[in-house]
Amino acid sequence: MEIRYWNKEVETADRQKIEQIQLQRLKTIIASALKTPFYSRRLPVAGIKSPDDIKSLDDLRKIPFTMKDDLRQNYPKGLLSVDTSEVVRIHTSSGTTGIPTVIYLSAKDLDAATDIMARSIIATGAGRTDILQNMMSYGLFTGGLCMHYGAERVGMMVIPAAGGNTKRQVQLMKDFRTTVLHITPSYLLHIHSKLAEYGVAVGDLALKKAFIGAEPHSEGTRKKIEELYKIDAYNSYGLSEMNGPGVAFECVYKNDLHLWEDAYIVEIINPKTGELVPDGQEGEVVLTNLIRNAMPLMRYRTRDLAFLHTEPCPCGRTHRRLSRILGRSDDMLIINGVNVFPSQIEEVVMKIPEVGTNYQICVEKYGELDKLIVKVELYSKMFMGEAKQIDNLKHKIAEELKASITIKPAIELHEPGVLPAFEGKAVRVVDTRPKL
Amino acid sequence: MAKQLHVFVENKPGRLKAITDNLQKIGVNIRAFAIQDRGDYGLMKLIVDNPEQAHLSLADMGCACALKDVLAISVPDRPGNLHRLLTALVTGGINIIDAHGFVLQPNRQGICVLEIENLAQTNAEQVVKDAGFDILDGDQLYNL
Repeated sequence: MEIRYWNKEVETADRQKIEQIQLQRLKTIIASALKTPFYSRRLPVAGIKSPDDIKSLDDLRKIPFTMKDDLRQNYPKGLLSVDTSEVVRIHTSSGTTGIPTVIYLSAKDLDAATDIMARSIIATGAGRTDILQNMMSYGLFTGGLCMHYGAERVGMMVIPAAGGNTKRQVQLMKDFRTTVLHITPSYLLHIHSKLAEYGVAVGDLALKKAFIGAEPHSEGTRKKIEELYKIDAYNSYGLSEMNGPGVAFECVYKNDLHLWEDAYIVEIINPKTGELVPDGQEGEVVLTNLIRNAMPLMRYRTRDLAFLHTEPCPCGRTHRRLSRILGRSDDMLIINGVNVFPSQIEEVVMKIPEVGTNYQICVEKYGELDKLIVKVELYSKMFMGEAKQIDNLKHKIAEELKASITIKPAIELHEPGVLPAFEGKAVRVVDTRPKL
Repeated sequence: MAKQLHVFVENKPGRLKAITDNLQKIGVNIRAFAIQDRGDYGLMKLIVDNPEQAHLSLADMGCACALKDVLAISVPDRPGNLHRLLTALVTGGINIIDAHGFVLQPNRQGICVLEIENLAQTNAEQVVKDAGFDILDGDQLYNL
């Protein structure tokens, strides 16, 4: 098997060299962080007043964890270290009604993120002769644009198809001889179920590879994709807080994901105690971004559960490998690649006067895709006796939820008192999708 | 004005029975009913002999229900009469949201229960009367 590298020296560096890069970059990040309102309050309390207070990588652990809520509370500029004139791009999370989180990138940050993305692409064996159809959403979501930039840097021909419109996607694949897809696994499976309807056979396409990510999936799902399309599917991992999809990527050996340790310091912790767990043991992924200075983010708790491999990979890369994501340590749902917190749904639903006090969030597999169903009880005093009122109400709830969480759920209205009531902590989410 | 009771009902077994259970307990008599099906739910529409009491009792039970004004029209049971009534309403620019009807005495009297869009703002009653039909008030309808 031919192994190619984007930056061989870094990708195959020994542990000592990696740690040397990490320490040097961490100091730079600390210098930037001390310019932000958020970290300039927080770091001195932890005994870090200047980059020189970081003597070794172990000093990182003096820094308290940063949580998603810190990002929300410091929206929009509390973690910005530079003037906005230095910023060339922002990305934000999905919440448009709640407080979103925002990520800022300077030109230099964007360049570094693009480079890591290019490295990830090359690791899978894809290259400049490939044609990438990028089927992640563009816009505020990082999945589309970040992959787009990385693929262009590699020199691939990029088809910025974004999500949706399955028939046109297939047409594009056929007409332009797409060889690589960037897509959520559930959507890729869904497309396969539509091919016959469009009169297209897998053999009519030129597909060779797929980068699958943005939602947890099992090894079985990967195998199914590979068999159905006769391609190689590679797992990717990333999150908007860390610059998007290139945090960790599988190489040609598809033996879990190389986490680019020169760009990110990874810690796996026990989500309950916050203590580090040994390599090989499952825990919450905590990341420190070493390549972004406009908005430094250190010891960010991702809430994703995974473990690290240390044994050498035949590809020669020395960066430790992250397992596939095994679950979440919080209640976030990932629905067709979109992150949704039940609290976002509650916020929207409970503001609507015709809705009673109880609701339920159901997630089901519908064919290959996830289906979100929000069940609400009708508030009896607001009922005027007309079917039109009910239909309008369903429409209104669906539209308001779409504005908040970007996906449009099916709405079921129920009679008051019908949904399960709770005496203790309410169980509002019923997720019947098969476990990984 | 005649009142019709509208009850929001999920489309699943046993929900209608929960309503009739309640009405039976309080001794309310159902004179006519219809169900407007909307897929996962429906509206049960009831003409009963004591709509206010029925409304309160169902609301106490937690039901989403409402009393609506309807036009209850006495239509002689003869060919062409419904057509004549509808023609008059169309000509008067009056829109029907939902309707049901039944024969009271074969070959003599039928009843049409009409829900009219924005009833209070229309001259629907006058149009119906001008077309030669009688409108029943609440007591007349409940005690047929």
